[in-house]
Amino acid sequence: MIDFLLNGQPRRCEASPETSVLELLRETLGQTGTKEGCASGDCGACTVAIGEAGPDGSVRYHSANACITPAHQLHGRHLVTVEGLAQGDTLHPAQAAMVECHGSQCGFCTPGIVMSLFTLHEQQHHTPAPLTPAPLTPQRLEAALGGNLCRCTGYRPIRDAALTMGEHPEQRPLWLDAAAPPPAAPETDARFAQPATLAELVELRRRHPDARLVAGATDLWLETTQRLERFERLIDVTRVAELNAIEETTLDDGRPGWWIGAAVTYSRLEPLLEEHFEPFAHLLHRLGSAQIRNRGTLGGNVANASPIGDTPPVLLALGSRLWLTGPEGERELPLDDFFLDYKKTALGEGESIRAIFLPRPEAGRTLKVWKLSKRREDDISAVLGAFSWKLEDGILREVRLAFGGMAATPKRAAAAEAALEGQAPSTAAFQAARLALTRDFQPMSDVRGSAHYRQLSAANLLERLRLVLLRDHQMQPSSHTDREVMLHAYAH
Amino acid sequence: MRTLTKFVQAPGAAPDVSDDSARARETQRGRIEGDGPQARETTNRDDRPATSRGAAGSASAHESAVKHVTGRAAYIDDIRAPADCLHVALGLSPVAHGRLTRLDLERVRAMPGVVDVIAIGDVPGHTDIGPVFPGDPIFVEEEISYVGQVLFAVAAESHRAAREAVRAAVVEIDEQPASLDPVAAAERGEVVRPTHVQQSGDWQRALAEAAHVVEGEQFVGGQEHFYLEGQACLVQPTEDEGVVVYTSNQHPSETQKLVAEVLGIPFHAVTVEMRRMGGGFGGKETQASPWACIAALIARRTGRTTRVRLPRAEDMRVTGKRHPFHNRYRLGVDDQGVIQGGEITVIGDCGYSPDLSEAIVDRAMFHSDNAYSLGEARVTGHRARTHTASNTAFRGFGGPQGMMVIEAAMDDIARRIGEDPLTVRKRNLYREGRNVTHYGQTVDQLALLHDLVRQLEASSDYWARRRAITEFNAESPVIRKGLALTPVKFGISFTAKHLNQAGALLHVYTDGSVMINHGGTEMGQGLHTKICQVVARELALDLDTVRITATRTDKVPNTSPTAASSGADLNGQAARDACLKLKERLFDFASEHFFAELGGLDREGMRLEAGHLVAGEGESERRIPWGELVQAAYLARISLSEKGFYATPLIHYDRATGKGRPFYYYAHGAAVAEVSVDTLTGEYQVDRVDILHDVGDSLNPAIDLGQVEGGFIQGVGWLTSEELKWNEAGRLISDGPATYKIPTYGDLPPVFNVTLLEGHPNSMASIYRSKAVGEPPFMLGMSVWSALRDALASLADYGEAPRLDTPATPERVLLAAEAVRSRHHPWPPAQGDA
Repeated sequence: MIDFLLNGQPRRCEASPETSVLELLRETLGQTGTKEGCASGDCGACTVAIGEAGPDGSVRYHSANACITPAHQLHGRHLVTVEGLAQGDTLHPAQAAMVECHGSQCGFCTPGIVMSLFTLHEQQHHTPAPLTPAPLTPQRLEAALGGNLCRCTGYRPIRDAALTMGEHPEQRPLWLDAAAPPPAAPETDARFAQPATLAELVELRRRHPDARLVAGATDLWLETTQRLERFERLIDVTRVAELNAIEETTLDDGRPGWWIGAAVTYSRLEPLLEEHFEPFAHLLHRLGSAQIRNRGTLGGNVANASPIGDTPPVLLALGSRLWLTGPEGERELPLDDFFLDYKKTALGEGESIRAIFLPRPEAGRTLKVWKLSKRREDDISAVLGAFSWKLEDGILREVRLAFGGMAATPKRAAAAEAALEGQAPSTAAFQAARLALTRDFQPMSDVRGSAHYRQLSAANLLERLRLVLLRDHQMQPSSHTDREVMLHAYAH
Repeated sequence: MRTLTKFVQAPGAAPDVSDDSARARETQRGRIEGDGPQARETTNRDDRPATSRGAAGSASAHESAVKHVTGRAAYIDDIRAPADCLHVALGLSPVAHGRLTRLDLERVRAMPGVVDVIAIGDVPGHTDIGPVFPGDPIFVEEEISYVGQVLFAVAAESHRAAREAVRAAVVEIDEQPASLDPVAAAERGEVVRPTHVQQSGDWQRALAEAAHVVEGEQFVGGQEHFYLEGQACLVQPTEDEGVVVYTSNQHPSETQKLVAEVLGIPFHAVTVEMRRMGGGFGGKETQASPWACIAALIARRTGRTTRVRLPRAEDMRVTGKRHPFHNRYRLGVDDQGVIQGGEITVIGDCGYSPDLSEAIVDRAMFHSDNAYSLGEARVTGHRARTHTASNTAFRGFGGPQGMMVIEAAMDDIARRIGEDPLTVRKRNLYREGRNVTHYGQTVDQLALLHDLVRQLEASSDYWARRRAITEFNAESPVIRKGLALTPVKFGISFTAKHLNQAGALLHVYTDGSVMINHGGTEMGQGLHTKICQVVARELALDLDTVRITATRTDKVPNTSPTAASSGADLNGQAARDACLKLKERLFDFASEHFFAELGGLDREGMRLEAGHLVAGEGESERRIPWGELVQAAYLARISLSEKGFYATPLIHYDRATGKGRPFYYYAHGAAVAEVSVDTLTGEYQVDRVDILHDVGDSLNPAIDLGQVEGGFIQGVGWLTSEELKWNEAGRLISDGPATYKIPTYGDLPPVFNVTLLEGHPNSMASIYRSKAVGEPPFMLGMSVWSALRDALASLADYGEAPRLDTPATPERVLLAAEAVRSRHHPWPPAQGDA
């Protein structure tokens, strides 16, 4: 049983485990304002806002793709859809601005765009003190709207609507501040089980070894919307307290850093990355869309073990570790040892990722993350290079070069690393590294790029790295390296 | 100056209304067909607000805007259906070419929730649903022609049950090698329609005598429509033998015809209704009919309402796309780079059947000159047959693919003679003495495009930016900037002459409110808004007095598709025609009814103005409120309903000679794009775009601006990030938004100046001297592609324009950069430094 609020009204529904929020809305509740464009979380036509009460009791809304959000995850939450925003004839500012700016043509993507604008409006105008909303920079708008495809307008009027909606008077429905009543504790043994603690999770997995784990569902749900799989039993990890923690810590080997709970979403991770790992934070802006980042988790991205997942190469370059938990107890594992083969990991039977360790950046270490894709926003990598190194007295040390899209797993380029380790960043050393890369990888051709392009562009990322070293360390004052060596919208 | 004129009539005789009407119609016909002034006085913008609010010419919001933003605008899948509604899923061919040897559907029938399963043997009427030429079987009979071709259909109690049941089918296919290379197919003579040639003058002599011969070839990729609302329809059986079809569809009349033929019933037993589409772009002109036919079959067989909606991946595999083209050119130019003549060959990849490919490749040929005189030239168009979905209409209809060849040539010529590409483009624009196309149409409005390019060149600061970019590139080893201005001249009219007609149905109700219906369909382009504005203007009413409802084949019959940018041109004129007729009738009535004591007035003495019928001026002015007029007319038994009709004059084309005037007029535009390219990775960004576009006298500047901007971005997507990929077996592997990348918010250029050209009303008597705007701006996207080539040319010190096939993905840009560098300045530098 799912108990939730829909536009302020309590609702109680039953649904099979694989039911999505979109199906619940359109097929069970007859609310057809929310549209299906792709059923894969890529177009944003089905965008809704989901509200959750924070620790201070105030409700915060985030955008999500209803098509790949499990209906059961609504339990105890507040779902806001396009039908709920207008008060009688008075449009919400997001709606009024869209009308005034001629922001809709065919109108099919419009409900989703309105909901993304609504979420942005909530953040800008109803962020509870003492927090202050971030300024509405072009990057901020891109982050808020990059997950909503529009085939008609070319986006200019939508940009104008985003920029001007604050000028429209708001008649905010009072129910927006209503948190859903605390849910009756979900039945832990239901077919969509929602354990609250790690102990419950471990026990459930012991009892149901065949059950699938679900967090953001941003990948898993495609199995049902695209491939029509039925889920016999799912265990939702998003409410497990331990998996949602971000803890500052020091490892046994003395390295300081943070344990990031496996169910921490990209959006929740963002402030930490922005403070300490700027290149990683920049990558995050190009990972999926706001709707995806609000739902997808770091643990999911690692456990999924896709060769084209965005965060694993970065974590490899950072020297990350995993905290695993299972029936045999707990253990730690260097991420280097985690990815075994295509979508195969070192996770044992019934074992789960509890947390991922991010080592605190040490003085002298630099990280660069460069993603190549067909489209800048909301696209999957063709090639992703994540590089970290130290430069001591002009010599490269502890070089870690990790790539996505180049092999069956996210993988470090051992030969190329060896070619640079202990060397000055000379043209010759980098020539050797480029060459070594052909020993490290024999990439494949697919819809995102040819093998030749992958090999060439990966090698050229090393050339970019050389240019960046020259530029940043002024090793070659009279050269061209003061000119831009990359486009800032893509890479930092 | 209007004067109060006495109605002249013989004493005692009844007013000769019919004779007067005929005269007025004659005058009107003259206006429509000629190029004399038409209603020019009413385009005076200062005049308009006094006449009515929101009428034609004003920037009214889309008629459904509030419904869009509140979620109340209903699309096909939002229509409530009875609880026993059936849902359809399709069984599709997994192979590209072969013979269907076994189709066993017994297990499908036994699946939970399944109510009906149909295949080719269950079709009572026609089985070929080719829209123009035969070749599109509704279900495979034996020959399989592409991955995704429909083998059978399942109807079940739920969408999911139907989709699950499909997988239970036993399908055996004798697979054969697939033909996927259109060039090889054309060489083997495997074509869906005969090759067509257009020729002017002695092109061989022109080539032989030219100072330079420039040649090249290119591949221009196709494009998925990616309408946000996928293909969908809902069919209700009627109490007769017929059906009512609700469909997301640009061509309801054709769907009516095909559904009737498939069911073997008269056309009048089928009613097709279309309120709005969630995007069409050409992808619902012919591609929407098969689902309606299948749903109609099931609805008739089961007596139950039946729904089809294609999941996105199926939609992308099953339906045709923009044609990929292989183009070649060989042109002779003089020392100034002016084309003397030559030959152009375009090969359209049509997929497995003709569909609309005859006209699409024709349009590519008609536009292989874009805005430039080809001199003495031969243009050849092949329609290659391959084992892919049958490619179809898409905004521009072959025009964009044709233009790409001449825009490639412009860049190449410029590099050859060492001039800026803009200089070469300007020298080649149609001008006095070089104003006849290779298909024999004389280009008028010659000054317009020169004026437009001149204005844009200045407003975009082209030459100062050109200098700055050249300097930047000389100092920047990795990042290279490019700049390009490309024009567009796009011919307006269906090249199939009979489609250039339209009808409208106007009702005035006794409260004065007005309902207009017409044959056009609303897909977001704002057609209904514009038509309402035309009616509001003609009847001098506020826009909210005029309403438009769904397009229905039982209201306006035998309509043309909403395509070829013609929606407002054709249906606007038809709506206006209905208004004019009704107005005349009301004037004649008013003359007798209200002004009898004045001895009656003739029509010239009356006008509609701001919700009133107004007669006379100054002190003798009489004003009758619209509502009162309508009431009186009703009580006097005067019909308040009227139909309108329009047929585009002057156009003709003779395929035997390849000559004629296929286009009523041309619409123009130009764009300047600046890009930055990372030559190490192929990543690039569009830094700035300036557009100046010709819509004649705009019917609605806000809507037209939206068409220009949206068309441009869609055109950029076509040429940059939107890559269709098939595997070696002919299966589309870019079959969803995760792998097929249309532009997103971040692809909006940070500087985007878009302006509508002022001061150039249409030279032809189009509706209020406006111009069609749906397709022409799409091709402005070529400026980005040309700017990318410009940036890459800098790697060759502007000595060559590197070949850049499309879509110019980062991969293609990088490989082009590597190719040009390897010839000029190898990278990375061979020897060390640091």
